[in-house]
Amino acid sequence: MTIWNVDKNTEAKTMVITAEFQTSIINVWRLWADPRLLERWWGPPGFPATFEHHDLTPGGTITYYMTGPDCSDRFDGTWNVVEVDAPTRLVVEDAIVDDDGTPSDGNSMTRMEIDIEAAGDTTRMILTTHFDSLVGMEQAIATGVVDGMKACMSQIDAVLDEVAA
Amino acid sequence: MVVDTLEREKRTDRLFFALSDATRRDIVTQTLDRERSVSELGRLYPISLTAVQKHVEVLVVAGLVSKHRSGREQLVRGEVDQLQRAHELLDELETLWRARLERFEHVLNETTGKEDQ
Repeated sequence: MTIWNVDKNTEAKTMVITAEFQTSIINVWRLWADPRLLERWWGPPGFPATFEHHDLTPGGTITYYMTGPDCSDRFDGTWNVVEVDAPTRLVVEDAIVDDDGTPSDGNSMTRMEIDIEAAGDTTRMILTTHFDSLVGMEQAIATGVVDGMKACMSQIDAVLDEVAA
Repeated sequence: MVVDTLEREKRTDRLFFALSDATRRDIVTQTLDRERSVSELGRLYPISLTAVQKHVEVLVVAGLVSKHRSGREQLVRGEVDQLQRAHELLDELETLWRARLERFEHVLNETTGKEDQ
C-alpha cells in the first residue's frame, strides 16, 4: 500500500486521503461491502467494531458498536447510506447516536466519500471525510484511536486525583 | 528529555480523556460561542449538577475550558481556538486513518491470499 496524498483543509474541516493497493477494484470494495471484513479493520486495536445492520443501498442504514476491554460502556454509531455505485463509489453520513440508539441533535454530521478507481495495474482509493463541526471531529477521533480508554464516571475521579497529587 | 515526553503524554492522555465523553465535548462547544454558568450547563444535560461540575473540572485540567466567578455564578469559557483545534484534529485524524489503512491492507492481503509487504 502506498499513501499518495493527504490533503487537509482546516476551514472546510475536510481531509482527502489517496491510497493505492496492489489489487483489483472489487477486492478493495469488498472491505467496505462485507460487514465481516469491514469490522476487522474499522476499530482500533483493543476497541473492536461490530457491524449489526449493513444495508448498502441508498437510504439504507449501517449500524455498528465498539466496546473497550475494560469498560462495560460502549459507543454506538450509525451511518446513513447516501450513495452507492458498486464497486467504485460509496457515500455515507455518520450520524452520532445516543446510548439508546436514537440520533443526537444532528448538528455533528460527518460525511465520508469513498471512490475506488483503477490506476494502471493498481487500485486507488480516495477517501474524503468532511465534518460539519468540531464536535463531530472530536467524536471520530475519540472513537477511532482511543485504546481501551472510555469514559466511565469512575475514571473522572481517578484523573482528578492524579492531577491533585 | 524523557520527563518532557512523559509530561506531554500525560497531557495528551488528559486531553483524550476529556474529549472521550459526549457531554464534555458538548460543554466545550457550548462554551466556545459564549460563557455559560455551571447551572446553565446543568440544565442542558440529564445529569446532576455535581456530575456537570466534575465534567467541567476534567475540562479545566485538560486546558479545554477555564472557569471564573462572576457574582454568585461560576462561569465556564471554552479555551479552544476553533481553527487551531480543527487543525490539530485533522492531524489526529490523519494519524488515525494511516493506522486504519494499515489494517485495511492487512485484511486485504489476507482475503486475497497475499503476504503483507
